Amino acid sequence: MSDVAITVENLGKSYRIGAGPRHDTLRDAVAARLRRRRDRGSRTIDDRSPGGLSPSAQSSGSETFWALRDVSFEVKSGEVMGVIGRNGAGKSTLLKILSRITEPTTGQAVIRGRVGSLLEVGTGFHPELTGRENIYLNGAILGMHRSEIDRRFDEIVAFSEIERFLDTPVKRYSSGMYVRLAFAVAAHLDPEVLIVDEVLAVGDAAFQKKCLGKMGDVAGEGRTVLFVSHNMAAVQNLCGWCLLLREGVAVAQGNTAEVISQYMDDGRARAGRSLGSIAPRVSAGRLRLTTLDLLDGDGNDVSSFVCGDSVSLVMGFIAKGAISCSSAVFSLAFYDQFGRSLFLCRSDFTGRDYTHLPAHGSVACTVPKLPLPAGRYFVNLYCEVNGRVEYWVESARAIDVEQGDYYGSGRLPAPERGDLLVPHEWSEPISAPEDLAHA
Amino acid sequence: MNTEPKLASSPAHEAPAPVTVIRPTRGLTSVDLDALWRYRELLFFLVWRDIKVRYKQTALGVAWVVLQPLASMALFTLLFGVLLDAPSGEMPYPIFAYAGLLPWSYFSAALSRSSSSVVNSANLITKVYFPRLIIPLSAVLSSLLDLAVSGLVFGVLMVLYRVPVTSRILLLPALVLLALVTALGFGLWLSALNVRYRDVNYLVPFAVQIWMYLTPVVYASTLIPERYRILLSLNPMTGVVEGFRWALLGSAAASTTLSAPLVAVSIVLAMAVLLSGLVYFRATERTFADIV
Repeated sequence: MSDVAITVENLGKSYRIGAGPRHDTLRDAVAARLRRRRDRGSRTIDDRSPGGLSPSAQSSGSETFWALRDVSFEVKSGEVMGVIGRNGAGKSTLLKILSRITEPTTGQAVIRGRVGSLLEVGTGFHPELTGRENIYLNGAILGMHRSEIDRRFDEIVAFSEIERFLDTPVKRYSSGMYVRLAFAVAAHLDPEVLIVDEVLAVGDAAFQKKCLGKMGDVAGEGRTVLFVSHNMAAVQNLCGWCLLLREGVAVAQGNTAEVISQYMDDGRARAGRSLGSIAPRVSAGRLRLTTLDLLDGDGNDVSSFVCGDSVSLVMGFIAKGAISCSSAVFSLAFYDQFGRSLFLCRSDFTGRDYTHLPAHGSVACTVPKLPLPAGRYFVNLYCEVNGRVEYWVESARAIDVEQGDYYGSGRLPAPERGDLLVPHEWSEPISAPEDLAHA
Repeated sequence: MNTEPKLASSPAHEAPAPVTVIRPTRGLTSVDLDALWRYRELLFFLVWRDIKVRYKQTALGVAWVVLQPLASMALFTLLFGVLLDAPSGEMPYPIFAYAGLLPWSYFSAALSRSSSSVVNSANLITKVYFPRLIIPLSAVLSSLLDLAVSGLVFGVLMVLYRVPVTSRILLLPALVLLALVTALGFGLWLSALNVRYRDVNYLVPFAVQIWMYLTPVVYASTLIPERYRILLSLNPMTGVVEGFRWALLGSAAASTTLSAPLVAVSIVLAMAVLLSGLVYFRATERTFADIV
């Protein structure tokens, strides 16, 4: 079985953004037509066009944004291929095209075999229907036959661990139960080619483990799988081959370990203090986060931190003018190399309410005793004003942490023993009263 | 999930592996009846879901299906039958009105549900592949249940008013089909337009109300002056409503406006709307997931 299951050739997808073709109400459409007639040839650029995208505006006032460009690759039958890349790199667009949810603009893809795609768990679940009813509905939506669902019904129920609530409407389920049921249905789909988005980022840790195990089984059964994820550990475990996307372009493909290390190098390259070149996930326009500086306990600029030290992270920002508001919030989220969230520092957690911000300035967040074992970490920066997200940039910077004496004991905690360090103390041994010791 | 074309048709693994080719499409695309057939089970489940969910968490449940037309009948009887004394042939006004409301309620429900169906299924459209036609189709099909239930109530009324059943009743399915085709035709246009222009949500309830008064539902078409009656036949629902009265109540209740050529015009128009609706829907569905 060395034949090719998926062939993708020069696949591309462009979206037009800005004023051009999109008119969300008839009034807009009519008004735009009149306007075009009136000032034919004059340029109108819609103020909706998001920042961060190069404005290659045409005279019509719309711009073309390539979410995916000239991507080609092949997946052999029985192979498990990972697709990695930062947010906005085009991973989801690629999956949507291969799932036939949206059409490509250029190129073509050929898939041999029955295709199943899972871009979400629980698609089409209806809150008013019972668990049992939703298994059938969701199964049909995922492309299973009724007879197939009948046959696997007991397995699905057993996997989901919700037997007792099978006849309860799912709106009464806890979110954990809901996700378990949804994944259970999806896991029992058996197409020859499976396209999976990050559906594993759900449920509690134990269930995630079970899901990963199930994914491993699927991969082991000789089915072809295309797996998109931020979870590098999962990609490393499941995929033999990997495709790295950056800004819609396939920049690397090959052996998983090599591609992952290239992806990590992408992060390393951004370790400069300026955030200028990183496309933000959200930029509402009023305020931009521009720099991130790392300071040690004495206020010196450093390029890496030491475990257990007092450290400060200073976020520089530029606003359209001084801001007076009822509340502004800054936050820093720490992630490990596998994309797992470790902890979050948010100004409002600590009771700090910013009501005035200068047009150009900075805020500093101090962590008195850095609880991270040695390793490489990433931070997401985020700012909201009056509850509205103003700026949000992911993996803004890679931060290296060196080993340090967190507990002041003269010993260095080993990084592989847990993800975080917390202050704690141990007592002297205490003798139990005689009578209890013999009980 | 998106199953590949052959998912439904290959019962086991022995079938040859289907090949899916994904590439940009341009211009007109044919209606893929094959794909619709393969996804018939999904159509069934969506209809079943709509019906199952419709009256959940209502105290009266399915009774609403009966109460709505009965309440309308009472209201129109008071307004038109008693206060305005509208002519209803030899039939008592209540049963005359109910015979018209029966197909009309179906049509208005089917049209309203189908025009909002695609937008309401945004969560499916952006996550799973299946022939999009299934969505408006399931909306017009699931509304048939209401028609069946209120048809039973009509049976009771026929007994109460001692209206004899004739062999004309055999034509009812054809009339229901005409109503379905009309609702689906307009539903396809409106559901596809709704993806881009949410104005449709505001337009439909209003248009349905006006349409009802342009159709001889609560009055007899004989009220319309002779020379304007040709206009009535441009409305396929005139044929359906008049046809229902003719089939259920006998010619005594039906007006003289009903004639074979007029019904033929209605049928041709309904088919034209359906076909153009299919073309428009197919041409726009490729962008549904991007803009819905």
